[in-house]
Amino acid sequence: MSKKNPEYDFKWCPGCGDFGVRRSLEFAMIDRLEETGLPMENNVVVAGIGCSGNLVHLLEGSQPYGFHGIHGRSLPIAMGVKMARPDLNVIIVAGDGDFLSIGAEHIGPQASRNLNVCAVIMDNGVYGLTKGQSSPTTKLDVITPSTPYGKIEAQLNPLELYLTLGVSFIASGFSSQPRPLAKLISQGMNHPGFSIIHIQSPCTTYNDTFEELKGNVKKGIEPTLWDIPDTHDPSDRAAAYGLLQEGGVPVGVIYNDESRPTLDQRAESIRQKANPKSVQELMDSFQF
Amino acid sequence: MQLRDFVIRFGAEGGGGIVTASEILAQSATQVGYHALTFSTFPSQIMGGPVWTQTRISVNPVLSAGDDVDVLVAFNQEAYDNHRGDVREEGVIIYDSGEFQLEDESRSLGLPLDDLAKSTGNARAANMVVIGALAQLFGMPQDDLDEFVTKRFTRGRAGDQEIIAANLKAMYLGREQVTGSGFSIGELAPPSMPDYEQVMLAGNQAMSLGALAAGLDFYAGYPISPATTMLVYMERNLVGPGKFAYQVSSEIESITAIVGAGFAGKKAMTATAGPGFSLMSEGLGLAWMAEIPLVVVDVQRGGPATGLPTKTEQSDLMACMFPAHGDVRLPVIAVGSVEECFYGAIKAISWAERYQGPVILMSEISVADRVQNILKPDISKVEAEQRIVHQGSNGYHRYSGFELSPMPIPGNPGAYMANGSEHDEMGDTTHLPERHIQMTERRFSKIKLLEEDEYERDQADQPVVMMPWGGTKGPALEAYNTMKEQGIPIGWFYTMLLNPLPPKLLEELKKKELVIVPELNYQGQFSSILRSQGVRAQSITQYTGLPFKVRDLISKITEMTQSHIKEVVRA
Ligand SMILES: Cc1ncc(C[n+]2csc(CCOP(=O)(O)OP(=O)(O)O)c2C)c(N)n1
Ligand code: SF4
Ligand SMILES: [Mg+2]
Repeated sequence: MSKKNPEYDFKWCPGCGDFGVRRSLEFAMIDRLEETGLPMENNVVVAGIGCSGNLVHLLEGSQPYGFHGIHGRSLPIAMGVKMARPDLNVIIVAGDGDFLSIGAEHIGPQASRNLNVCAVIMDNGVYGLTKGQSSPTTKLDVITPSTPYGKIEAQLNPLELYLTLGVSFIASGFSSQPRPLAKLISQGMNHPGFSIIHIQSPCTTYNDTFEELKGNVKKGIEPTLWDIPDTHDPSDRAAAYGLLQEGGVPVGVIYNDESRPTLDQRAESIRQKANPKSVQELMDSFQF
Repeated sequence: MQLRDFVIRFGAEGGGGIVTASEILAQSATQVGYHALTFSTFPSQIMGGPVWTQTRISVNPVLSAGDDVDVLVAFNQEAYDNHRGDVREEGVIIYDSGEFQLEDESRSLGLPLDDLAKSTGNARAANMVVIGALAQLFGMPQDDLDEFVTKRFTRGRAGDQEIIAANLKAMYLGREQVTGSGFSIGELAPPSMPDYEQVMLAGNQAMSLGALAAGLDFYAGYPISPATTMLVYMERNLVGPGKFAYQVSSEIESITAIVGAGFAGKKAMTATAGPGFSLMSEGLGLAWMAEIPLVVVDVQRGGPATGLPTKTEQSDLMACMFPAHGDVRLPVIAVGSVEECFYGAIKAISWAERYQGPVILMSEISVADRVQNILKPDISKVEAEQRIVHQGSNGYHRYSGFELSPMPIPGNPGAYMANGSEHDEMGDTTHLPERHIQMTERRFSKIKLLEEDEYERDQADQPVVMMPWGGTKGPALEAYNTMKEQGIPIGWFYTMLLNPLPPKLLEELKKKELVIVPELNYQGQFSSILRSQGVRAQSITQYTGLPFKVRDLISKITEMTQSHIKEVVRA
């Protein structure tokens, strides 16, 4: 919304991590506009369903195209947009439930295809919009409204999943660092292929992990966030795996493979070599 | 006796061999000026199981696969046992005597097919032995067949000549066998070569071509019988500049991908069958809600769940018209012939673009897999509609008002939110009652743009009429023609446009005392939709996995008209 729309009544709770993510995405899109000269309408933001997906309505300033679809399907909708119009910059905004639970089936295929879109995932370890049920990234044994005796599934490590599935650009970020996060998103948008920026974006209402992430010196709590050192080589797959075995939440670019052609590039090379027949020729081939 | 119309059925154990045989037979007949139509039915497995196919050849255009069999070609005992009952009294049975023996069957002729084929030097020529035998039975001139075989097997490869020679030899061997037996079915009435250009193709091919002719840009699909052939055809042929077709990972991906492509300004389509269609439910609701043009083809097969993957049925009508939760009623076009597959696809794409929303194009196995000769469609005359696009600036309200409005295309000014949640004029989510009223009415009002008075009518002043839909059109029209000749008082109505129905047609139907709807499902789905619109409709249902027989339709309809007349007289 370029201006406050009185009819739109959704609000994030005070302190919600998604505010920071929105800011970062705005920075990244404006940076892109300045770098490429392409207008804001060249961006399409495809949103999942959740508190996080509402980001698409809350963007301030000049507006990209938005698609607020159905729960779990932001990736294949984005695939349709991108394959129809490879010239558009296609961004996904979705939550951990949307992307990693109901929509998880779409990650592997897009990774194999190297679909050239950038997914901005807001992980709060919970289903926020439906009021606090457990999500794939909720920890084992945690009690939530939907796990009254404690969560019975192990916590998913999404970064490992992405790496295993072959996502070609993987970064991990934190919602309270808008500028560095914007940089990661820009890198993802510029990456030729499927990029995921997986963000710790705490839910202040149902799963407030700010303290755990940032640590608290007074209480003697060590931060779980740690910056990936400059010495890490993101093109080294084994090193990326190694990084993820170190525990905690690494922040920065984990993996980056720019060597693979994207799905739209492959489609274009098929067009070049296919030499398709015209509809008239096709019809003629059935004549007798 | 001169034959004007005859039916050959092939029965075998699995494999595509007899599909080829029935298609070759149809092609060779159309080549010389006859009309032909094929039908095939399989079990759902790649190898084995009883398969049968049928070719009907006629001096007139063919409407249905035909009830009675003139010649049965049985490749094994089971095929003979299953199909013997459908052979006419004067019919002939050709069987593979290398497989089994028929002793008490006077009008039968055993051919050792494998041995004969091997003796030509091409073990795969068994089909041609059969074609030769059939040609002799019907007195089909060999010259035409020679020409056909030569054309068919001239593929510009090194071995062409040997293959042609072996196939020709196989046909002569088949002929000799019949000559020796002294059997004949009669002499074929001479064909009259139509004075127009013809094509011979399957329903799914015609539908794919129609979509291409209408300017389809984008196709995403997931393999499923009997829609797979469309996916394969599109992947090969929809590859021009800015166009693309590919296989995605599920029907959920198919529908949401074409939603994305339709939003991005493209003419987008997918094709599936029942199970895939069920998975598209939520995505179709999204397209309706967000006002995204797209076409979903449902090539119906039998039953719920995995059901009967290879059997024909018309049981998805309710699912197609009401595919999603919430207030949704989608435009539906159903095709009843190979020709309609072509024109139905053009209509569906035009509708989607015109009203900016999803359109369902229904087909069914018996139409999709049928190969038929038709008048060659004139591609240059196809007028593909384009959507009305927003040409102005940013700050545009895409969903304003109660009616259709120009649609902005990403990349251009007019950025908005396509939204599957209820929304305001800019596309932002809202819960206000007046907005839900406005947007609901807006979505339904657009359907009016699709009202067109395109329908068939004959003896339309009769108080009792029949109105089939989809693939039942063929056998129903044949039944109607016969009843009309016999003077049975009945009228005929038909349309591809099931929702919205042509308004004038609906007016006419409402005045009828009885509208008889033959349809291949248990519940009488179309008649119940007609009743909900104020039409006194009653179904004739069948759910065998096979099309109606013309004979059965005639007897049921005659019975219904007579008991209706009695009721009227009593009252
Ligand atoms: C098909 C379907 N199932 C369930 C829902 C209900 N639903 C809405 S949002 C949501 C979970 C959201 O969790 P997440 O994606 O993590 O987003 P968050 O609210 O935490 O940002 C669910 C289950 C739905 N809208 N659609
Ligand atoms: S419920 Fe949690 S995720 Fe949702 S807006 Fe509130 S704080 Fe944010
Ligand atoms: Mg969440």
